[in-house]
Amino acid sequence: MSQTITIDPVTRLEGHGKITIQLNDKGEVEDAHFHVTQVRGFERFSEGRPFYEMPSLMARICGICPVSHLIASAKACEAIMSVRIPHTAAQLRRMLNLAQMVQSHALSFFYLASPDLLLGMEADVKVRNILGVAAAKPELGRAGVGLRRFGQSIIELLGDKRVHPGWVVPGGVTEPLSSEKRDKILAMIPEAYANTGVALGAYKQIADTFKQEIEVFANFPSNYLSLINEDESIEFTDGALRLVDEGGKIIEDGMTAARFPEVIGEAVEPYSYTKFAYYKPLGYPDGSYRVGPLARLNIVKTMGTAKAEKELAEFKGLAAGLVTSSFHYHHARLVEILYGIEKIEEILSDPRILDKHVRATAGVNRLEGTGQAEAPRGVLHHHYKVDEDGKMTWANLVIATGQNNKAMNLGVLQAAKHYVKDGKFTEGMLNRVEAVVRTFDPCLSCSSHAAGQMPLLLELVASDGDVVDRVVRD
Amino acid sequence: MSKLKLATVWLDGCSGCHMSFLDMDERLLELAEVVDVVYSPIVDTKVFPDEVDITLVEGAVASVDDEKKIKKIREHSKMLVAMGDCAVTGNVPAMRNPIGPEAILNRAYIENVSAQPQIPCVVVPKLLRVVRPIHEFVKVDVFLPGCPPSADTFHTALTALVKSGPLDIPALTRFGA
Ligand code: SF4
Repeated sequence: MSQTITIDPVTRLEGHGKITIQLNDKGEVEDAHFHVTQVRGFERFSEGRPFYEMPSLMARICGICPVSHLIASAKACEAIMSVRIPHTAAQLRRMLNLAQMVQSHALSFFYLASPDLLLGMEADVKVRNILGVAAAKPELGRAGVGLRRFGQSIIELLGDKRVHPGWVVPGGVTEPLSSEKRDKILAMIPEAYANTGVALGAYKQIADTFKQEIEVFANFPSNYLSLINEDESIEFTDGALRLVDEGGKIIEDGMTAARFPEVIGEAVEPYSYTKFAYYKPLGYPDGSYRVGPLARLNIVKTMGTAKAEKELAEFKGLAAGLVTSSFHYHHARLVEILYGIEKIEEILSDPRILDKHVRATAGVNRLEGTGQAEAPRGVLHHHYKVDEDGKMTWANLVIATGQNNKAMNLGVLQAAKHYVKDGKFTEGMLNRVEAVVRTFDPCLSCSSHAAGQMPLLLELVASDGDVVDRVVRD
Repeated sequence: MSKLKLATVWLDGCSGCHMSFLDMDERLLELAEVVDVVYSPIVDTKVFPDEVDITLVEGAVASVDDEKKIKKIREHSKMLVAMGDCAVTGNVPAMRNPIGPEAILNRAYIENVSAQPQIPCVVVPKLLRVVRPIHEFVKVDVFLPGCPPSADTFHTALTALVKSGPLDIPALTRFGA
């Protein structure tokens, strides 16, 4: 009799997800799936609304990375207006996006993943959370809270609100930066560096104890996609996309937001409300690729900031070619946090950041527009069509989690095959299967713009598909 | 005195309300000295506990799963708090109501895709025809509006609820705050 192991909900994850693991009658893992169980409908209900409302509406797709949605959306609107935004506005938005990257990476690393990393995959479920980490390792708990606070405070200083600030608008931002606010941000930087140092130090000390996890946590060659600057440095807000194959060879370069829909398609699988993005010339699923911190650090040649540059060299040293284990997403996230702080400091050291020209205005000058930006977890693409009055007639969004969807599913299968043997498994083993998904830091809230829940339950399924027995884990 | 049991639940929302809850930062660690977070997206419990003192619910009720969950949550919670505008009014998720689930699903999974167009139906829950706020399904004890309510609002409200002290919500937050 075949069995299905269901992990519902996958916890310490940003959104609604389930994992099912199918066992054959010998108790071997046959297949495994990661299901996203929420649907929102932004692509359809935006229709008929004024395009300039899109940034603040689309930001409500996700409370974790609303800034990336704000920026990708504003850019799509600016393509419709045919305007180039003032330099200072672009720099302010770049800083806002970096602040969000720092807070979101801190959330992913400390609040969601660190209980596995610092307390252990087998730690008591009752303490395996951020509060447990804060109790057992106060210095690390406080570093995590501090780094998240750093990013969120910058967002609040710039946009007046930590979640869903209204400051980013089509054409730029609503208000220039004051010197008082600049000085406040600068004053927070030393503590942020110190907290990042604590995190990197602790991570490097323990990483070696996860050799087995590194081996089987979505560890396989794949294509990678990320934004990059012309000088091959890392970029989160502007630049263009580069797609590389598993050997690091460039497949597509200089990909603008306008070109994205021509080459990136989306497929649907019956088991998930999150779609599966792929590179059209290679078809689905061969054209699948990974995005996010691992992809970015694999693709870029330089960070462009001194401290992060040293860390990049160490990161690239993890493998002879590209770094293939998704476990290393955690490490990559910490390197990017360091970069984010350095870059924010650099942006603020330019006196032009206080310039008062921060918004361009225009009406509808084109009936179609696209915009892209890196969300903390990977590239995000917004594509809009409007009528002559600027009312939305169509929208499509491609989010990071959809682009990592295939890799997450393959990763769950890889880990399940390793940890579930002869139909036997422990809570700690299943936690590792969940931990594979956590490495990707998927945002199921985003991915369900067009996303689910799970107690751990074990179902015995008869050959006709009837569930004959169920065991629920508490 | 034993610690109060606190749960936080995420239905159809954007997680922004949970993020704002986490924005209490160090104050959250202090709060953990007087309450146990027994169920939440940030802890590993998979089944909603039998007895919870305070449950904060983010999001509207949009799928058959959400509906089952909110009823179960109500049964096992002494105090139920609708956290944020989506839970309080339906807000953004309810914007799909005039359109209906078929058109939403068709757009996302049939029209806007380039391979294997189909409506997902395996394991994933069915959508309700109409997205509704939680008080239309179960009794809500406290309404905390805002999109999202600020971290200060959470802190003040939770401190009052934990101490069973007075709580002046209009002084703290409003729709869209
Ligand atoms: S009320 Fe606002 S912040 Fe809260 S879940 Fe709804 S959209 Fe997100």
